[in-house]
Amino acid sequence: MNLGNLIRNYGEAVAMILFGIGFSNLLLQKNLIKKIIGLNIMDTATYLFLAMKGYIDGRKAPVVVDGVQSVEAYVNPIPSGLVLTGIVVSVSVTALMLSLTIRLYRRYHTLDLDEITTRREELYPFEQKRVN
Amino acid sequence: MDFIRNLPFFSIVLSLFSGPLSSILGGKWAKRVNSVVIGLCGAMSVAVLWYVCRTGEAFVYTMGHFPAPWGNEIRAGILEALMAVIFCAIMLLCMLGGAREREVEIEASRQNLYYIMVDLLLCSLLALIYTNDLFTAYVFVEINTISACGLIMIRRNGRTIEAAARYMIMSLLGSGLLLLGLCFLYDLTGHLLMSHIRESVHALVAGGMYQRPLLVAICLMCVGLAIKSALFPFHNWLPDAYGYSTVSSAAILSSLVSKGYIFLLVKIFCRVIGFDVFRGSKVIHVLFVFGIAGMIMGSVDAIREKDIRRMIAYSSVAQIGYIYMGFGLGTMEGVIASIYHVICHAATKSLLFVAASGITDASGGSRYFKDLNGAGRRNTLAGIAFTVGSLSMVGVPMFAGFISKLFFSQAAVGHEIKMLPTLIALAISTVLNAVYFMKTVIRIYSPVKITDLEEKHTERGEPEKGMGKVIRPPEGYKEITIWQQPAKAASMILFILLNILLGLNSEPLIGLIERGLRMFS
Repeated sequence: MNLGNLIRNYGEAVAMILFGIGFSNLLLQKNLIKKIIGLNIMDTATYLFLAMKGYIDGRKAPVVVDGVQSVEAYVNPIPSGLVLTGIVVSVSVTALMLSLTIRLYRRYHTLDLDEITTRREELYPFEQKRVN
Repeated sequence: MDFIRNLPFFSIVLSLFSGPLSSILGGKWAKRVNSVVIGLCGAMSVAVLWYVCRTGEAFVYTMGHFPAPWGNEIRAGILEALMAVIFCAIMLLCMLGGAREREVEIEASRQNLYYIMVDLLLCSLLALIYTNDLFTAYVFVEINTISACGLIMIRRNGRTIEAAARYMIMSLLGSGLLLLGLCFLYDLTGHLLMSHIRESVHALVAGGMYQRPLLVAICLMCVGLAIKSALFPFHNWLPDAYGYSTVSSAAILSSLVSKGYIFLLVKIFCRVIGFDVFRGSKVIHVLFVFGIAGMIMGSVDAIREKDIRRMIAYSSVAQIGYIYMGFGLGTMEGVIASIYHVICHAATKSLLFVAASGITDASGGSRYFKDLNGAGRRNTLAGIAFTVGSLSMVGVPMFAGFISKLFFSQAAVGHEIKMLPTLIALAISTVLNAVYFMKTVIRIYSPVKITDLEEKHTERGEPEKGMGKVIRPPEGYKEITIWQQPAKAASMILFILLNILLGLNSEPLIGLIERGLRMFS
């Protein structure tokens, strides 16, 4: 019975798996670009989840055509609105992350966060010596 | 009189639009606009606070006059207005205290960008405080993150970009989880307005339906906001971000940005899912354990640190631990103590950052403890301010920190199982706090040793030949009087007064917090 539920809600299940993939990429990847890809997968998975939740089988997008005004004819428009807002937010944070990545690359010539830490210690040895 | 109902909205919009306005102004004018805007927002919040105290009930402002289930709403009660007043006041003092550093550390052509970020940060904080809509809260959480990232990276040295990148990564993880939690909650209840979600959640709990998805939603939101406010295991971005950014950024980040998320969490506990449901879930035990771990581990890290700014940053980890421990107690007294600690920590931590910058100024810009000998004598006011901040953080009576520790222990005593761990953790953490803060205070008042002078002299490279052992004060050591840095001195004096006021006269504030929390439900 549980498995049946899982199959019936395959869209939500896929969204959760994608969220997990994106989340672990953002958390565990060393490479900044791969982290940003992970961020985008994570956000997109949330939008997929919202879109699946808002969709009702057999109904149309909530745009009044041919004078049909019955609520029964259309899907819930709010999740789509949330997805649009979410996309705007996600675009802006992605842009910010990419610009940060460019600045880091110009300074340290690498995209690897751990490598950046070691190169920073080489670049500013004075600071490091005093700290330790 | 009803005009005051518009003011929360006005303060959000005013700070929002002053950002774009600052982008076409020069640095000087942007600074003036920024100060005026923060002051105006604070004044409007005072008016709102006065109004809600007088009427005794919270009011709702419908955006665009769309009725409840469809429109977006702003809600102002006593607690919201109080937090807005305090956030505006502390932000103004932080900006005042770091004015000179900003002139030096940020290039003239980019000065106005800093003020855009501060304006947007104020806007997002006010919106987080006042909003009655969960998705609006998410959007402003992201605006808050972006502007906080701007505050970190505006000072161009090698470490701030890396710190900003790490900060962004952790923050984005947190907001991803928060967004997913909101989506779950929306799917379960079909609402986005906090009061409507609350009714649906109560109906769900009463009917025993969807218990597990509800728990998952609560967990996701708690973990998301805990990551964003740097609860203990998620704090590794914090010391770099607070330690290397410019002074006002560090003070604002530690005292306001993380507190905005915590206030949102309080709203989610009390207004969205309801305090009883929250208490019934197992999440509070997790928050409690991590809070206690943070209280101790943050202090241990702070003791090992050799850099004064990073030490203060690690101390923030411990204080955030206190706040989450208060939530984890699961009683109303615990939440009141936590909210009081939010205010007290905001007032004290920003004082410490400003005072630390005064101390390092008097020691040739060095932030390492071994160079700080006698700094409290060279810069008298900064020394006093740092001492006051330290005493408050340690929890000496008369200062703000004592009251919050008192309330934490009183809240813990009412609890059967969690009493002992809380009291023990409070005791250990107080001792550890005393170790690293008093160590610093003793250091800044101890005389400069002659051996220090020689070391300093030879470390610079060329020991002057034929001169033998020349005793001279280390480079950069200089006396700083109040009149040389009037803005910073004013900010420190006001912060000291605020701390003593919070410590000596806490009843009115506690009364307001209690009334505000009662208004939440």
